[in-house]
Parts: sequence; structure tokens; C-alpha cells
Amino acid sequence: MQIKGRNYSSIWISLIAIFLGLLVGAIVMLLSGFNPIEDYGNLILGAVGSPNAIGETLRSATPLILTGAGFAIANSAGFFNIGLAGQALVGWLCSVWFAITFPNLPGPIMIPGALLAGALAGAFWSGIAGVLRAFFGASEVIVTIMLNYTALYGTNAIIKGMIAKGNNDYSPTIPVAARLRTPFLERITDNSTFHWGLLIAIAAAIFLWWLMKKTTLGFEIRAVGMNPDASRYAGMSTKKTIIAAMLISGALAGLGGAMEGLGNFQNIMVNNALPDIGFDGMSVSLLAGGSPIGIIFSALLFGILKIGGLNISITSTTPPEIVNIVTASVIFFVGAQYLIRYFFDRRTAAKERKEDSATPPSTGAKPQTEEGSDTK
Amino acid sequence: MNIQTLLMTVISTSLIYSAPLIFTSIGGAFSEHSGIVNVGLEGMMVMGAFASVVFNLAMGNAFGAATPWVGLIVGGLIGMAFSLIHAVATINLRTDHIISGTVLNLMAPALAVYLTRLLFNGRGQTAIIQHPLATVNIPVLSKIPFIGPVLFSSTSPAAWVGIIVSVLSWWILSKTRFGLRLRSVGEHPEAADSVGISVYAYRYAGVLISGFLGGIGGAVMAQSITLNFSVTTIVGQGFMSLAAMIFGKWHPVGAMGAALFFGFAQSLAIVGKYIPVVRAMPDVIFTVAPYIITIIVLVAFIGNARMPAADGSTFIKSK
Repeated sequence: MQIKGRNYSSIWISLIAIFLGLLVGAIVMLLSGFNPIEDYGNLILGAVGSPNAIGETLRSATPLILTGAGFAIANSAGFFNIGLAGQALVGWLCSVWFAITFPNLPGPIMIPGALLAGALAGAFWSGIAGVLRAFFGASEVIVTIMLNYTALYGTNAIIKGMIAKGNNDYSPTIPVAARLRTPFLERITDNSTFHWGLLIAIAAAIFLWWLMKKTTLGFEIRAVGMNPDASRYAGMSTKKTIIAAMLISGALAGLGGAMEGLGNFQNIMVNNALPDIGFDGMSVSLLAGGSPIGIIFSALLFGILKIGGLNISITSTTPPEIVNIVTASVIFFVGAQYLIRYFFDRRTAAKERKEDSATPPSTGAKPQTEEGSDTK
Repeated sequence: MNIQTLLMTVISTSLIYSAPLIFTSIGGAFSEHSGIVNVGLEGMMVMGAFASVVFNLAMGNAFGAATPWVGLIVGGLIGMAFSLIHAVATINLRTDHIISGTVLNLMAPALAVYLTRLLFNGRGQTAIIQHPLATVNIPVLSKIPFIGPVLFSSTSPAAWVGIIVSVLSWWILSKTRFGLRLRSVGEHPEAADSVGISVYAYRYAGVLISGFLGGIGGAVMAQSITLNFSVTTIVGQGFMSLAAMIFGKWHPVGAMGAALFFGFAQSLAIVGKYIPVVRAMPDVIFTVAPYIITIIVLVAFIGNARMPAADGSTFIKSK
């Protein structure tokens, strides 16, 4: 699905989708005998009620901005990068691996080096899907799904077989010079896990905006996403654009994984499932309609839901999974925006219909539902 | 271990691991032939697994030996009910099929674990079921010399049912009126509509059948392999089924064949301990093999395959 044509009503669609998602959550809570007002109150309190909570919420949003930006750029080029989780995982592994392999590097080289290792690993992983799509027409949806699981089991084997000490299921902790957390940040946020990665994430969102709006590559990516045939006819190399978009997408996802390694956990452990930041990043980007500033806000919302959700289950017996039900519902309504638009634009639509019937059919408005036929 | 026992172990384990994929991938084929892309198979499996385990725990004493089989139906029905979300979203609300399927995958584990916590005093996983889908010796067939013991003794009955269902599905899709109409809706909905076939009804049928079979697939997984329900009961089998369907070129029997192959690849990691050459290789090779093979096959052979022409499209009935 292409998310194009931002207009004034898009922000309203996101807000209405959030509202409807919260409403679904409230109904589920009511049906199962919990008090939604109390639970949502505790959620807000748990997410922004103290310096520590704010720190945790911001930390939780940090990787989502990066994976969200990664999803958005691939999506602009017409790719559904479902492989963010795998790309983040290899990025996480390689950033930690770099840090523990060269423990004596000074800070100014260590952190950029580890970040670069993460970004390159993510780019390599998504690049496989980009190349296979560009040269063989292999569906990036299937290839990235398969690469996700390859990444999951591959990184687990590397952690257990090559990195962990003894029989552990986790790597050694990264050296102090590679840490994005600092005593200063811990002090001001009351010992939360907040780290400097947020600045990197915001820089990435600004980079996304600059790339898409101000560069030739960004223009080509959007053009290929909207109409690959026309772009090829106009002399653009669609293969090159496809691969470039996927490489940047994977690099951003890899950086998202590096945030977990260098900031949040400060190591990497054997995982039973793919990291949440992959699918959450996708949701973040869909909710934001691909807009870079929107991605920052929508990642913050996800951070609030995630961290605040923990507080729900501490203060009541409501299962913490309620938060995931809410986020899935929000994305459902974003996807089903035809429904929202139908009510929202009823008046505009009526007006357009009138205008349409006045113009000859050949210039009539194209139905907006033809989107997405090439995503498979 | 002699060759007969070895073959028996490999085949029996392959069938056990294939069975969930067989049902789910055939379900995927029905959905896609009706024109609805279904990346939500994973979510449907989760709901089927959850429902069958809850049923098995609650009604095991009442149904006795029939429990797991009734559990399959219950899992299928809940999977079907859950797939309604996908049907309404893609058919009526014009949602992008991949986004809708992804919502299913996000929603199912959240909802199922939420309900598990409500039903089992806050715990995120259920107890172990007492009436699993056990391996059986198929009467008569297991008496055939050599082939009998290898193929039909201590084998997975669900896998054999799945194989029968795949042939049946092929017959339905290519020989019956219902199947031909279903496919016409996935190939050229406008043409189907113009001759009076209800595109919406057939697309609903395709998605609901995929929900039913996906639910059964999840129920087979839970009742024969994991034996309880938790968030890790279904980890990627739905995506594997999707791959099997594409690998099998949208053909039910092809999908079944691909599912058998994936089951075989997974079983190698387990029975590999008994095979000298295989034993020397690191486990991870077998764990990732199905995924890498899927990519290779996709790149190398899929060129010949053609997905249903209108797969992934939204049909809007003109006035």
C-alpha cells in the first residue's frame, strides 16, 4: 500500500484511528470486567507520571523511530519491508559484537564504529531482499519473512556458539565506552534506561525528511513507488532505486537494533522470538502515514502504551496484553481508513461527485482504491 | 539403528511437523484463489491453537479419545470466526491485504494470551493437555511389509488427513462449480461479476475457508507438538505455510508437497542425532534450511508460477 498524498485530513485519520483503537480496548476491558477509565489512567501515570517513567517511555520510543523510518522509506519505494525485525536483530548483534571485539577503542571511535556495524549489518540483510526483488522479481514480503527467521536462528547460534562465555545464553556486557546510557542521564531520569540514542533517532527522522523531500534519490524513490513503469520510461534506474531504498531501510532498522544493544540492554541474548521493535516500527510508520515528524509522535505514543501498559498489570489484574490489542486495533483502523474517510469526507465526497459528473469521464477522478496491487 | 527404523523415524517426525503446515497452506490457497492475499495465517493458527487447547482441557473428560479431533474442529471454527476480521477489512473496508493480515498477526497472540490470563488465573500459558493427538498405527496399511511399518505405523493421523484434504481441495478448486467460481473471482472479478457471480460472497468463502483450515493447522500444532498454549506455541508456522503455498505454486497438492518438505527439513534437526554424517553438522543449518531453501526456490523456480491475477486487489461493485 502506498501512503501518498498527505493532506490536512490525514492527521485526523490517525487521531480517529487512535481513538477507535482505545475504544476497542475499553470495550474488551469492560467485557472482561475491568474498569477502562481506571486502567487508562494508570497507563498514563505509568508512562509519564515520574521522571523515571518518562525516561523509560522515551527509551522505548527510540528504536521505534528508527525502525519506523526504515519501514517508511521502503514503503515510499513500493516495498513492504516486513523484515525490519530480522534487520534490527542482525544490527543489534553486530553492534554489540563490534563493541566487545574491540574493547579498548576510545569513545569517539567506539560508538560510531558500533553504530556503523549495526547499520551495515541491517543494510546487508535487507539488501538481499532488495537485490532479489530488483533482479529476480522475488516478492520482498516472502523473502524478508524468511530472512527474519534466518536472522533469529542465525543470531542465536552465533551468540551461543561464538560470543557467550561458558554456557550462558547472552553475550558479555559491552565496554563502558560503547554505552549510550550515561550517569548524567540516569541521574536526571531517576535511574531509567534512557540513553542518548534518542538524538540519533531524531536525527534519522530529520534525515528521512531531507532525503525524501530534498534529494534526487528521494524523488526517484517516490516516483518508482508511485509508478515503476513511468519512472523507467523517464530514464530512472528502477533496479538501483529499489536496492538503494532497501539498503537505507535496513540500515535504519539495523540502527534501531543497535539502540537495544548499546542503549537498552547493553548486551545481546538468545531470543525466543523476533524483537518487537520490528513489527512495532511497521505499525508506527503506518500510523504516521510515513511522515517523518509523524513517526516521532507515533513512536512516542507506542512508547507510552508499552511502558504505561506495564503499569496496568501492576496496579490491577488486567492482563498486560490489552495494550497489544489496542495497538493492533489502531493499525486496523489506519488500514481501514476508507471507513473513516467515508464518514469524514462524506460532504466533500458528495461535492466531488457533483463536480465529477460535470466533467468528461476521461478526466474523472481515479478511484483511490487501485493502490497496493503491486505489493505482493 | 537399521535402515527401516531410521526411515520410520524420519518419515514419522516429518509428518508430525508437516501436518500443521499442510492444513494452513491449503487454507492460504483457498484465500488467494479468491483474490485475497493472506499473510494473516499465523494469526489464524494462533487462535486455532488457543481454542483447541482450551477445549481439550475443559472437555477432555466428556469426549475422551475423540477430544483432540473435536478440538481440531473447534480450533477451525474459532480460526474461521477470527478470519472474519480479514474478510470484512479487505472485502468491505478496502483495507490493503497485507496490512490487514499483519493486524491479524498482531492481534491474535495479544487476544489469545489475554484470554488465557483471564481463564487461567493470570497465567500466560495453559496446563499440558491430557488428550493429545497421539501417533497411531493405521489399520491394514501398517501390515504391508516394509512400507507398512515405514509409512503407516506410529504415524501422524492428522498429516494423513491433511494429505487427503489436499487432494480433495484440488478436486474442489478445479472440478466443482464452487471452485471454478471461486477462482474466477480471484482471476477476473469484473468478468465474474458481469455473469452474475457474487464476488463478495465467494471472497468471503475463500477467506473463511482459509480461517477454518488455518485454525485446524494451529490446533494440530498445539495438540500434537507443543501440548499446551502459550505465546510461543505458534512461532512462524503461519509464515512457513504461506511460503509452502507459494512454493507449491498456489496448488493445494503442491502446497501439501511443500509442507511435507518443510516438515522433513525440520525433522532432520531432530532425528539428525541418529544419522552419522548429519550429526556432524551444526544444528543451526537445519533450523534455517527451510527458510533459505524457500528463498532459493522463490528466486530460481517461481518464474514459472503465476499467482491468481486479481490476488491482492479490491473489488468495488459498480452501480
